[in-house]
Amino acid sequence: MIAEAGHFALVLALFVAIVQAVVPMIGAHRGNAVWMAMDKPSAISQVLLVAFAFGCLTYSHVVSDFSVVNVVQNSHSLKPMLYKVAGVWGNHEGSLLLWVFILAAFGSAVALFGGNLPPTLRARVLGVQSLIAVGFYLFMLLTSNPFERVFPPALDGRDLNPLLQDPGLAFHPPFLYLGYVGFSMAFSFAIAALIEGRVDAAWARWVRPWTLAAWSFLTVGIALGSWWAYYELGWGGWWFWDPVENASFMPWLAGTALLHSAIVVEKRDTMKTWTIFLAILAFSMSLLGTFLVRSGVLTSVHAFATDPERGVFILLLLMIVIGGSLVLFAMRGPALRSTGVFKPISREGGLLLNNLVMSTGCAVVLLGTLYPLFLDAVGGTKVSVGPPFFNSVFIPLMVPMFMAMGFGPFLSWKRADIVQAALRLKIAFIVAALAVAAVIALAGEGPFLALVGLGLAAWLVTSTLVELAERVKLFREPLVASLGRLMRQPRASWGMTMAHLGMAIAIAGMAGAGGWKVESIQVMKPGDQVNVGGYDYTFVGARQGQGPNYTIIEGTFRVSKNGQDVVTLKAEKRNYPVRQMPTTEAAIHSLFSGDLYAVIGDPDGQDGGFVTRIYFNPLVAWMWAGSMLMVFGGVISISDRRYRIGAPARRNRKPAVAANP
Amino acid sequence: MNRLMYLLPLAIFLVIAGYFAKGLTLNPRDMPSMLIDQEVPPFDLKPIKGQVRGLSSEDLKGQVTLVNIFGSWCVACLAEHPMLMKIAEQKLVSIYGIDWREKNPDDGPNWLARRGDPYTLIGDDPQSKAAIAFGVTGAPETFFVDRRGFIRYKHVGPITPENWESTLWPIVQELRKL
Amino acid sequence: MADCSGAQKTLRMIFGFLYGPSGAGRSLRSPGLPQWWRPAVAGLVVALLLALSFSPVLAVEPSEVLDDPVLEVRAREISKGLRCVVCQNQSIDDSNADLARDMRVLVRERLLAGDSNDQVTDYMVSRYGDFVLLNPPFKVATYALWFGPLLIIGLGLFVVVVFYRRRSSTSVAETTPAALSNEESRRLEDLMKDET
Repeated sequence: MIAEAGHFALVLALFVAIVQAVVPMIGAHRGNAVWMAMDKPSAISQVLLVAFAFGCLTYSHVVSDFSVVNVVQNSHSLKPMLYKVAGVWGNHEGSLLLWVFILAAFGSAVALFGGNLPPTLRARVLGVQSLIAVGFYLFMLLTSNPFERVFPPALDGRDLNPLLQDPGLAFHPPFLYLGYVGFSMAFSFAIAALIEGRVDAAWARWVRPWTLAAWSFLTVGIALGSWWAYYELGWGGWWFWDPVENASFMPWLAGTALLHSAIVVEKRDTMKTWTIFLAILAFSMSLLGTFLVRSGVLTSVHAFATDPERGVFILLLLMIVIGGSLVLFAMRGPALRSTGVFKPISREGGLLLNNLVMSTGCAVVLLGTLYPLFLDAVGGTKVSVGPPFFNSVFIPLMVPMFMAMGFGPFLSWKRADIVQAALRLKIAFIVAALAVAAVIALAGEGPFLALVGLGLAAWLVTSTLVELAERVKLFREPLVASLGRLMRQPRASWGMTMAHLGMAIAIAGMAGAGGWKVESIQVMKPGDQVNVGGYDYTFVGARQGQGPNYTIIEGTFRVSKNGQDVVTLKAEKRNYPVRQMPTTEAAIHSLFSGDLYAVIGDPDGQDGGFVTRIYFNPLVAWMWAGSMLMVFGGVISISDRRYRIGAPARRNRKPAVAANP
Repeated sequence: MNRLMYLLPLAIFLVIAGYFAKGLTLNPRDMPSMLIDQEVPPFDLKPIKGQVRGLSSEDLKGQVTLVNIFGSWCVACLAEHPMLMKIAEQKLVSIYGIDWREKNPDDGPNWLARRGDPYTLIGDDPQSKAAIAFGVTGAPETFFVDRRGFIRYKHVGPITPENWESTLWPIVQELRKL
Repeated sequence: MADCSGAQKTLRMIFGFLYGPSGAGRSLRSPGLPQWWRPAVAGLVVALLLALSFSPVLAVEPSEVLDDPVLEVRAREISKGLRCVVCQNQSIDDSNADLARDMRVLVRERLLAGDSNDQVTDYMVSRYGDFVLLNPPFKVATYALWFGPLLIIGLGLFVVVVFYRRRSSTSVAETTPAALSNEESRRLEDLMKDET
């Protein structure tokens, strides 16, 4: 009965969502406080119901209830517990349930912590949230019910796709969805603001923490995905411009733009319509990603089992949500009044440039991703738009922005002196030039773009640090005083410094891995040695073994440099008998200068020889370290207490900060 | 002017949505052939094990023929095999086979020995030489060649009694008139 | 069962749990087969496609590698730009599909026979069309793709220019953001004092 209970809870959640979408909205329109107050109890009961449904599906997976179709198709009695749980969202139906669960959770967070929001705004935000939820509940119940039963029950399951049986990928979808769905908050706030016709600094301060949270989650999700590709696919690639990767990258770009433009709304009371548009865009891109992945209009290696009926349904949902919000935008957008004025060279100007590049980037990725579909639909030839296109269009777009990114924080609001800023930044120019020279001296000439990337990274690190030093008046005041200032920096500025540093480090990682990767493919017998990237790899041998639901071949490599042992690498090749699928588990040892990366392949010949691939991937770990620093910056920014002013008081425990009159 | 700028996002979205609607009716895996109305690419394949004659592009001239790409590993080929046998038995049109990418040289001959051999001639293509020349992406695929040796039609997927009657047999008859 | 009206069907889908745990209404349609056979087959197809397309097994095998390092570098460069037509979203250099392997071998044979890089890719295009190129060629059908980014950034710049123009012409009195209530601004000030 557990599955039926889950199904029942989902149906109840649908009805609660319908009530929540209608009653508080009408209440806000008519100024009826009682109707508006419906938002909080309904949002909370909605999340409880969905949590219960999610718990039911998880329970079915954990106890391997093979009378539930979803479990039969995606689980196996021998599967390790971690993947029994991760299997809940490792499929179309379950991932939708996770999606609505997160949506309801965000809604309840507004209900719980939104005490300081004006009641009409809160009612409208929750109403819009719930309207989206209604669409998704219907989608699940009508086309993708995770609780469907099988009769007679199956004896055992068909196992989860082995590629998904991996710690990196187990947690990749939840973070991605937290990001996608997180943007629904900014979206709902934007729609509510359009309905109210009011966007002000307080609105921007309410929206920013939610956007930061969604952005941070999405960054984690994307980083996890690329990390997984890096170690699982067995040749060190980490980004493929695959439609599904693009689907996660587009909301990230729009979200990054939104983060920056919300600052302008908050501080300078301008760029309002634009910020509203970005909030709509970020969530629209998230929805678009859902459509692309699940409708089958584009082929992607990641695509879920597709079904035209689902495609039609999601398209309808897109039409209503995106189309509807853009109609509202066209109607109400022009009415929003801005007061702040500024010159092109100013802090606002810099943030506007960021916005221009980020949204152009988003549009370019969208164009490239959809172009094969466009051409196909007009009956043109079939073309492929692959990494060469995206690299040649996207990278040149980003280079000037990273240049400007160093300047931005030095510009003052309203009007700034760029010559003055450049003078203060001369040290950063010098460091960047030195870095490029040092790289050429050390690593030999590399590809031009990779050199540019490293130069930009050095420039950005130095300029960000110089900016921090200026802010704390380093060397211009006694060191103790500077240290004191450093400690008292507002958290939002710490967040900015860290996120920008993280970006710089990630750029260095991308440039290094892209420019100086060393590859060696060969057949090795036990005792054979190859030198890759200055390291000697000795193949010790391979053994066979047994995992919980797979068999393994494990190859051992001893790595040394100049006769000194560095590490022993154990690379695995697994075979999952249920799905008849092999996976490779690369052996990776990360060093500051790069990753030692070894993969074992098929046996070759009778004398214990194996195909092996060995790589040296320079600086590649910096990419993920940088991403995590960006996320850390985002989290620190969220914790800035100033966002609590005129914004939801998160904890009443800090009365001095927010709740006091 | 100002108003128009606010309508622009909506307009762009509607265009994209229109393409999506159209896209739902298309199959992104459908691949048109580059070789339609082209001469059969020159190839010369060795016979499969146990046969004396292979298959070359010269064999395809002089009459309307079908060139069928198959393999013993291919499930869909098994599905269309009875239909090919029927076409061969009724002598509707001669079918030439390209045995594509057998892991073991015995696989193809064994497969045909068990199920019957509908092919006039068969070429062995273990390294996809002819398959790539024909622009093949999967098996089975069937090319319709006219008497001058020009490819006029390509059928992807199994030949069934239904599509044979409705589409493919009329094409053969049409080609015979040329 | 099968001829129930749309509304009935919808209700049944939503309230499926009321029809008992076995979902007996459904199993009538395909007697003899467990009712999950259809999704199971679909799943199998997807799994097969995945296995074909994204198998993380080694792509370029040692036996394929050419002795001449210069030619091998050219071969790698060409195969990175050719799409594996079976797997749809990988280059033949990254794919371990059989056809991708044969295409890699063909690339190397043609290079050994003295073909230029362009001749090799042209041959592949003559067989598989522009689809096989990961870098879309510059021609009428792709003008919109290649000029699109320029158009987009042009549009963006135009919007920005209009924005600045409008700003300077409507000489709005410069005001500080005054959207906070007095009480809120006071608290904000307190905090700022506290933190900087």
